[in-house]
Amino acid sequence: MNSYLIKRVMVLFPVLIGMTLIVFSIIHAIPGDPAETILGQKATEQSKQALRNQLGLDKPWLQQYFNYMGHLVQGDLGTSIRTKTPIAKEIVPYLAATLELTAASMLFATFVGVNAGILSAWRQNSWFDYTAMIIALIGVSMPIFWLGLMEQLLFALKLHWLPSIGRMDQRNPVETITNLYVLDTILAGRWDQLWTVIKHLILPSIALGTIPMAIIARMTRSSMLEVMNSDYIRTAKAKGMSQFLVVYKHALKNALIPVLTVIGLQTGALLGGAVLTETIFAWPGVGRYIFEAISSRDYPVIQTGILIIAFIFVVINLLVDLLYAAIDPRINYK
Amino acid sequence: MKKWGNLALVLMLGAGLALSGCGGGNNTGSAGKTGNTGGNTAATNAPASLPETSGTAQDTLILGRGGDSASLDPAIVTDGESLKIAHQVFDSLLEYKPGTSEVQASLADSWEVTPDGLSYTFKLHPGVKFHDGTDFNAEAVVFNFQRWSDPASEYKFEGDSFDYYDSMFGPDGSRVIKEVKAVDESTVQFVLNQPQAPFLQNIAMTTFGIASPAGIKEKKENFKNEPVGTGPFVFKEWKRNDSITLDKNTAYWKEGLPKLNKVIVRSIPDNSARFTALQNGEIDLMEDLSPDDLSTLENSSALTKIERPPFNVAYLGFNFKKKPFDNVKVRQALSHAVNKQEIIDAFFAGQAQAAVNPMPPSLWGYNDSVKDYEYDLDKAKALLAEAGYPDGLPDPVTLYAMPVSRPYMPDGKKVAEAIQAEWEKIGVKTVIESPEWATYLDDTKTGEKDDIFMLGWTGDNGDPDNFLYTLLDKDAIPGNNRAFYVNEELHTLLTGAQKEIDQGKRIELYKQAQEMIKADAPWIPLVHTTPLLAGKANLKGFVPGPTGTEYYSEIYFE
Repeated sequence: MNSYLIKRVMVLFPVLIGMTLIVFSIIHAIPGDPAETILGQKATEQSKQALRNQLGLDKPWLQQYFNYMGHLVQGDLGTSIRTKTPIAKEIVPYLAATLELTAASMLFATFVGVNAGILSAWRQNSWFDYTAMIIALIGVSMPIFWLGLMEQLLFALKLHWLPSIGRMDQRNPVETITNLYVLDTILAGRWDQLWTVIKHLILPSIALGTIPMAIIARMTRSSMLEVMNSDYIRTAKAKGMSQFLVVYKHALKNALIPVLTVIGLQTGALLGGAVLTETIFAWPGVGRYIFEAISSRDYPVIQTGILIIAFIFVVINLLVDLLYAAIDPRINYK
Repeated sequence: MKKWGNLALVLMLGAGLALSGCGGGNNTGSAGKTGNTGGNTAATNAPASLPETSGTAQDTLILGRGGDSASLDPAIVTDGESLKIAHQVFDSLLEYKPGTSEVQASLADSWEVTPDGLSYTFKLHPGVKFHDGTDFNAEAVVFNFQRWSDPASEYKFEGDSFDYYDSMFGPDGSRVIKEVKAVDESTVQFVLNQPQAPFLQNIAMTTFGIASPAGIKEKKENFKNEPVGTGPFVFKEWKRNDSITLDKNTAYWKEGLPKLNKVIVRSIPDNSARFTALQNGEIDLMEDLSPDDLSTLENSSALTKIERPPFNVAYLGFNFKKKPFDNVKVRQALSHAVNKQEIIDAFFAGQAQAAVNPMPPSLWGYNDSVKDYEYDLDKAKALLAEAGYPDGLPDPVTLYAMPVSRPYMPDGKKVAEAIQAEWEKIGVKTVIESPEWATYLDDTKTGEKDDIFMLGWTGDNGDPDNFLYTLLDKDAIPGNNRAFYVNEELHTLLTGAQKEIDQGKRIELYKQAQEMIKADAPWIPLVHTTPLLAGKANLKGFVPGPTGTEYYSEIYFE
């Protein structure tokens, strides 16, 4: 197990280095000049040229790449061209905001998805099964921004149940400690604010969690059906065990193994792909940060941002693999 | 009744996420310090005196806007979003009279100019203090101007560039300002290398707000995240892409201001989400209302429409590098085939006026006797025939239409499609291209791909020079003159006007320039828009400025 872990971690490095190379070459393939975009129409040609020199944009890109890697190895993640602030310092709150949103979305997606999948499999071909699967189909194909705007119209504007944007009530701001506001309000013991923060999380996490929810529901259902037809379940049923226990105690354990993979992959996807949700709900997350960096050709931010997302992604994958082993004794890593 | 399976899973997932977050190559120890409250000495949480009008009105303003600041130091930025906020924290020596681009006293009470226009002496307002408690004086003014003009200044931190300074007062090597001298505690003298007509207009710009020398020395490169000025509001906190919090400057030198206790500026990128937040009471005021939401706004008694004075121009530029657009007859023909009023009614919800000249009518020096090329397809065809194209142009025209929404052009592609349909009628086929914004700016600057391009400009300093010379002089190639329009006669006029101190003479020169430009038709000026804001009905005292920045110090709630 330990040797397996070491091996897996060693593999991370070439993967991440490959990532930087790919990202770097793609960035430099897109047309558009950072100096022009960031300084805009109001700066003189001289200032723009000075910025190009300073960034080494006139050097061959391989040389630029090695420069960047050289700094990276020394732990220097670079400085944003647009804000002139070190990225390591800048990105932390964005990451925290995205992690919080992703966690809430996956909580919603997993809880609803897994249970809907189980019930669909258990009551196969019932009206519930059909309804759930139709909803899942709609969910997978729902444009996020449309869903988000509709949520805002209904729950914020018409019903006034929930706030439409942001992470907290600005008239009663949260004291930030970790930038994970749910955690911060708990640490500070501000239960009223905790409720407000959770209210701000509901709409964006439903919008972001809908697609994974649908995928998880379908995956759980098919995996569950497979397990329900296996011998050991038939045995359990023959022994006269209650339906509920058969499903939730025996079948679920094995059925969840493939679902876990989906959950892991979806989590990774949400981390980088929450741009639309973050835009609609004015959520200051890392997706929007990188998206805006791409728009303004803020090269260092694009590179470092994507690198960090990729790093988190592979770490999550690793965790999923380790969880596998914990859940399924048939898998061993010798 | 156990669902431990999922619960455990969910918990594991949460833990996994938290772990991976900590493993993100960052020490989360410093996580809470995005915008700490350093230098925040003047801020108090005691309730301030409420506006006289009421006893229980709210005293916090939440403003929603589309973007975030790039930086809070106005000297190193050129984008409007950054300047908007910096303007609350900093005062310049002069300011624009609210709602206009006319210059009036601010940190300087009065000023004198020598007849040759080479020396300006400012008398400073006495007793003004920076937010950190240090004195504002002539030395502070000298310190700031030195920081901006000396390329070797130790206060020019890594990544800093003073673009607006270079652009308004000449780049290093051809500076307009020779030196800035502290005559005494409250007198400062500017000695110029050559007369500069828009000098006072420039001095009033937000970007030349006076920063606390002590603050810069102490915070160094962090000053851009924790600004210290003399303005009506003290910087409190910046959560990037989320919110900027400003507190009342209780020791503000303008008596009785600001009326609010706190201003929170939120970044809400999506237009309709921002409008929803306003209707939902989550924000009190919003920038950039999209024309589509205008009818909803006008039908709401709880909200009010606020107009920013038009100070921009949206235009189509002909690329002189490409044939046949170097032919004036072709340019005039296409100018006759654009129905501006129809475009305004269809895509601007009426919130714009047809543009005749390259500068807005509200600006002094505007020539209202210039006649536009009226919409007349027969005339257009006749002119094309005269140019040697009786059957229209043989090749399709590449028209670059803006991919992004700007205050002067909410939807460039739709406008381009309307123009495409009109030109079709005179035998000109158009291919519309809308590459992504960074590429768009690059392409139009090199002028290799586009035949005709759409762009716009918002004035910086309330001077015609900032439109005509900046956008159409040959000096602006390569750069903002993306039409590659070279007119020597115009160049003589415009550079002469820059050095002319007599306002009456300058007006004459600019009026001539506008006639010249109209005859040459390097552009089809399209519209001057009125950018829209929306606010709560009981929000009072807000006067938006034409240049996009204004103080929030007079705002109060009834």
